[in-house]
Amino acid sequence: MSGFDWIVPVFLTVITAATPLVFAAIGELVSEKSGVLNLGVEGMMLVGAATGFIAVTVTGSYFLGVAAAAFAGAAMALLFGILTLSLMANQVATGLALTLFGVGLSALMGQDFVGVPVDALTKLNIPGLSDIPFLGPILFAQDALVYLSIIMVGVVGWFLYKTKAGLILRAVGDSHDAAHAIGYPVIAIRYLAVLFGGAMSGIGGAYLSLAYTPMWAENMTAGRGWIALALIVFATWKPGLVLLGAYMFGGITILQLHAQAAGLDVPSQFLSMLPYVATIVVLVLISKDQSRIRKHAPACIGRVFHPAA
Amino acid sequence: MWLKIEKRPEYSKGMVYATPLIALLLTVLSSIILFEVLGVNPMEALYQFFVAPLDSTYGFSELFVKATPLILCAIGLSVGFRANVWNIGAEGQLLMGAIFGSSLFIYYPETESVFLLPVMILMGAVGGAAWAAIPAVLKTRFNANEILTSLMLVYVAGLILSFLIHGSWRDPAGFNFPESQTFSDSADMPILIAGTRMHLGTLLALLAVLGTWIMMARTLIGFQVKVIGEAPRAGGYAGFSQKKIIWFSLLFSGALAGIAGISEVSGPIDQVVPVISPGYGFTAIIVAFLGRLHPAGIFFAGLLMALTYLGGETAQINLGLPLAVTGVFQGMVLFFLLASDVLIHYRFRWNFSTKAVS
Amino acid sequence: MKLKHISSLIGAVALAAGMLAGTAHAEDKVGFVYVGPVGDHGWTYRHDVGRKAIEEAFDGKVKTSAVENVKEGPDSERVIRKLASEGHKLIFTTSFGFMNPTLKVAKQFPDVKFEHATGYKRADNVSTYSARFYEGRYVVGKIAGKMTKTNVIGYVGSVAIPEVVRGINAMTLAARSVNPNVTVKVAWINSWYDPGKEGDAAKILIDQGADIILQHTDSPAPLQVAESRGVWAVGQASDMSKFAPKAQLTAIIDNWDKYYVERTKAVLDGTWKSQDIWGGLDTGMVELSPYNEAIPEDVVALAEEARKGIIDGSIHPFTGPFKKQDGSVGAAEGETLGDDVLLGMDWYVEGVEGQLPK
Repeated sequence: MSGFDWIVPVFLTVITAATPLVFAAIGELVSEKSGVLNLGVEGMMLVGAATGFIAVTVTGSYFLGVAAAAFAGAAMALLFGILTLSLMANQVATGLALTLFGVGLSALMGQDFVGVPVDALTKLNIPGLSDIPFLGPILFAQDALVYLSIIMVGVVGWFLYKTKAGLILRAVGDSHDAAHAIGYPVIAIRYLAVLFGGAMSGIGGAYLSLAYTPMWAENMTAGRGWIALALIVFATWKPGLVLLGAYMFGGITILQLHAQAAGLDVPSQFLSMLPYVATIVVLVLISKDQSRIRKHAPACIGRVFHPAA
Repeated sequence: MWLKIEKRPEYSKGMVYATPLIALLLTVLSSIILFEVLGVNPMEALYQFFVAPLDSTYGFSELFVKATPLILCAIGLSVGFRANVWNIGAEGQLLMGAIFGSSLFIYYPETESVFLLPVMILMGAVGGAAWAAIPAVLKTRFNANEILTSLMLVYVAGLILSFLIHGSWRDPAGFNFPESQTFSDSADMPILIAGTRMHLGTLLALLAVLGTWIMMARTLIGFQVKVIGEAPRAGGYAGFSQKKIIWFSLLFSGALAGIAGISEVSGPIDQVVPVISPGYGFTAIIVAFLGRLHPAGIFFAGLLMALTYLGGETAQINLGLPLAVTGVFQGMVLFFLLASDVLIHYRFRWNFSTKAVS
Repeated sequence: MKLKHISSLIGAVALAAGMLAGTAHAEDKVGFVYVGPVGDHGWTYRHDVGRKAIEEAFDGKVKTSAVENVKEGPDSERVIRKLASEGHKLIFTTSFGFMNPTLKVAKQFPDVKFEHATGYKRADNVSTYSARFYEGRYVVGKIAGKMTKTNVIGYVGSVAIPEVVRGINAMTLAARSVNPNVTVKVAWINSWYDPGKEGDAAKILIDQGADIILQHTDSPAPLQVAESRGVWAVGQASDMSKFAPKAQLTAIIDNWDKYYVERTKAVLDGTWKSQDIWGGLDTGMVELSPYNEAIPEDVVALAEEARKGIIDGSIHPFTGPFKKQDGSVGAAEGETLGDDVLLGMDWYVEGVEGQLPK
């Protein structure tokens, strides 16, 4: 390899590595914006990954697979919603319990599907455009879910900041009492946000089991749900930064592997630390401006709301 | 007709104690469905989960072995959670405590002194606290959110352990396998009941429970933590420093997690290995809330959580149920416990008007 | 999807019911402790295949139980002890990290036989067993050396323990014996199991010029990557050709079935004795799956020559002369490295790039 040939494949690898994080984080961001902290992302992703995989194996349809994954993720989120929104259980603990539950449930569902191959989600090849050197393969030859992930970031950004419904959702997350006083249905709005978060986590999981590494294996998310949660904090609750953060995290992970394969004389453990350390360092750099963070962070996050007060 | 949830004018003292029983009842009822579907006798399954693990002194002692790190971590975390300091990196602090604490033995294996173990425990606390000090600095000086920093540091701590144990900390006589030498008697935690693995760490956990109880109920710092957590503004007017509370709660939880780490390494594991904790630091977060952030509650929640893990092992051995079932079952138990707490502050009422309630 | 839920639940029911039915008449019990989930499709999965082989071989007269995902820290000792005290006559502990816990429990249960995989400590009632996977890798190296066009072979590493390093070296020696221009690039992912990262590492190695991918991690992800990128790969633990029908040159299969059945039989007969088995291609513990049809005949002949030579003892992968990576002598002309050197191998041979963590 010479010159800049290596850049294109690196980009392609980074895009695949970042996409499940983008899905899970952008969904959970909406949930958090409405004031609900759901730490069950890992569990919802796993159930989505298993369901999506099973649906594709049985029906052969990737559309149905992704839809089923979204549905399964949302079903998990609904469970979370009933517990935390209707029954006012603690969100942090319920989210963690949801992850335990999801790890088990997905393993139970998928036990007959271990070692079964499926074809990877096909990449769209836009004739002409995907042949453009350099930009073609990066911009015009991805699978449909990659485009969907980026579209979702745009849609969420537009929804939150440019629509009335988004304004209401943010109001609910910033001050549920005030929102309730004005007459907004706080709990119903939160339910919708949580369900959206679950559906996106489900799709993020399905991206793993259908496109990234098309297979089902127990616990295959390997902690990506936690990274997605961290990325929202990293992005200071701004949709665009979620995308940037996911690509940065994925990018550093890939580059450190490149450095290893190239024979860089640094213990691999230290190279493996880089994505985590870099995330902390960048967060520190962008956190100085307190007012900006306060503007975007939902003030009511994690707090129980009861309208009768 | 709607089922309406209504806030009680005052919280129900009876429900504080009744809700775990309600949760237990719900667990039993839904287990009947779960295990019937799985083709297992539900009563037998419940017996394997909740009774069989405790059928002997040894089984009972194992409950404490398993619960000790959970309780230590959860007690520390609960103080921070009360002050709205979201340390979710206890797992990393636990690992750092194990690393710091055992470094003394690793580098001076010949030491034979009654002071070795106490110093190791101290170093464990220092290691955990030092690792928690990083989020504290970043939070107080740079305003960086501790959820992210403490979580990321878990992975970093894991990789540091991996670096050491796959490198210079290997047992020189161990064919370069990733294990340290086993600890000498002076570096081992004393066993509390002969013939079991119940070790000094359990006593430390009990001390932490009692000490924290007193601290939160009787001391100024405990009062400050509660005020800052419930009403930061009021705390500010009273002259309490939010930064001081952030520092205190992170160092406190880090130190306890660190003690949990060294207790595991110099207690039941007896050497440094690549996997020191199966996620105790994360599970402790559930334990803290399950115990309603109260030391006594955490003590029982830790035991209960430990019991479900032990029960999962027994169920695998005696019923052939895969581990996945344990996860589903644990999730269910936790859901019921967390949800029935609603009854402490609220009550259900039938609302006969047709108007929907949000 | 709903239907699928139900059908997989029914599957679980059938499975659980089957296991229970087995208990009714069984007298002899064999226990297994696994480090990962059975569903990892790698290391643990292969041991579980061996467990099922026992159930089949003894026609339901022997009952097996397994506990999965047991962490190598404090949990393993309790699980092993539990299996011993519940009347299991023979217990297989299938990960290196279970070594000291196995020995501790074995001391307390002199009548129970233990088989520990990949360790080096034995006792009267503790055998050790392991497989010479490096022999398989040596055969694969002959193929890889001939099949590479870029002269770069990529290796996805888990963690740098002697077992993994030995495999890299054996493969490298074989590849360079047929093609001295070969270099080997290693990417360590610091995990045994993370399909995503394993796949990423494979992509990177291919981007850096590798046209053959080997792995010492559990999932088929690297093969899938090789398949989609149009390069060669070698399966790990199981025949993974389903995941990479074109790309898989062959697979190095862990086959514990025969050994597990034999040892169970020995316990039943009362002929079991403590031993140390390091089985290779000759015992069938290591197998190669059918060669890819795209491999030219002369290359297959070369591989077969190596395989047969290893089986009849005329070839040993670590016979000199060869150099270490730093240029010093690995083995002199005619010298063959002993098992003790192989067991603790922590250096690369010439031709491998990068540094091992020290």
